[in-house]
Amino acid sequence: MNSNSTTGRSRKYLNPYLGGVLLGLVLLAANYVSGRGLGASGAIKSVVATTIETVDKDSFSTMPFMAEYAESHSGSPMKSWLVFQMLGVIVGGFLSGAFAGRLKLKVEHSPKITSRRRLIFALAGGVLFGFGSQLGRGCTSGSALSGMAVLSLGGFITMMAIFGTAFALAYFFRRNWI
Amino acid sequence: MGPLAPNEIISENTNFLIAFFIGIGFGWVLESSGFSSSRKLAGIFYGYDTVVLKVFFTAAITAMLGLLFMSLFGWIDLDLVYVNPTFLSSAIVGGVVMGAGFIMGGFCPGTSFCGAAIGKIDAMVFIAGLFIGVYGFAFTYGWWEKLYLAKYLGEPKVSEKLGMSDGLFGLLLIMAAIGMFIVAEWAEKKFAREEY
Repeated sequence: MNSNSTTGRSRKYLNPYLGGVLLGLVLLAANYVSGRGLGASGAIKSVVATTIETVDKDSFSTMPFMAEYAESHSGSPMKSWLVFQMLGVIVGGFLSGAFAGRLKLKVEHSPKITSRRRLIFALAGGVLFGFGSQLGRGCTSGSALSGMAVLSLGGFITMMAIFGTAFALAYFFRRNWI
Repeated sequence: MGPLAPNEIISENTNFLIAFFIGIGFGWVLESSGFSSSRKLAGIFYGYDTVVLKVFFTAAITAMLGLLFMSLFGWIDLDLVYVNPTFLSSAIVGGVVMGAGFIMGGFCPGTSFCGAAIGKIDAMVFIAGLFIGVYGFAFTYGWWEKLYLAKYLGEPKVSEKLGMSDGLFGLLLIMAAIGMFIVAEWAEKKFAREEY
């Protein structure tokens, strides 16, 4: 509580425990309606599969990982639960940000680093997260959070591997954040 | 009785429509909890902001308890609820790669979409990376196929593996979470940082 701007800004965020209960109820609703939890990387996979199928059908057949996925989704891979859910996430995130006055085009980064450095690390982090989410069959949402809610052993293991690794590497990337 | 779509109580298209509204709730809660900011997300790894831990564990416990109670009341058939399969090797290696991506990029996939939705350019770049990573995995799948399919254990629950009931495991998880919350509240005071 050093300055007014700090208190003013942090007050706008939800209490984290309340946020957690609400997120838990959203996850519960997903399970009750669809029989599955939430997810994010699955929607990206759908978009990538659709793009490859549209742009270069021949290469698609040489990619068993994507071809199998498309086959398991009758019609178009875009017609998937997670694609519709992720469209909702964008709308929900935008609405929340709009009501809280947080809509602003900017690169958020520590004053100790440049925007350029932040963006290079963001890109590299995204590549790794995208790759890992396919290998690990889901990301923080689909594998860790949703997996934990249904007590999946794999969900707990992936959660520990994600957070454990990030903690272990935090020292090496500290200049980016603190 | 739930789950609605697997029990064919609602049609596929209704299920997709509800998915959109559930997504709105998901995005709204993530954004309003501060998950659209990489600074807040990365805070957990340095102790200055532990919102990730608090929201994540409270959510997992709320949904877990909700499912257990709904099953107890006969409102949902847990046999029809998807339990993530466990492929031990890829769960660990995939998690390690994701963890490295998390500390470098400051987002995870879901939160990056929230960040991008309110105009964070770093989040948009992170998403571009996600697409490259997913495509890269599919493109090089042949190299990882063995690892991807290794050590398949079926769909075990942690509680089964530990030889205890779901309820007892749930109770232990809640106690562990409360312990972590106490440490988290202490850490936020000890490692406080200026906002930027």
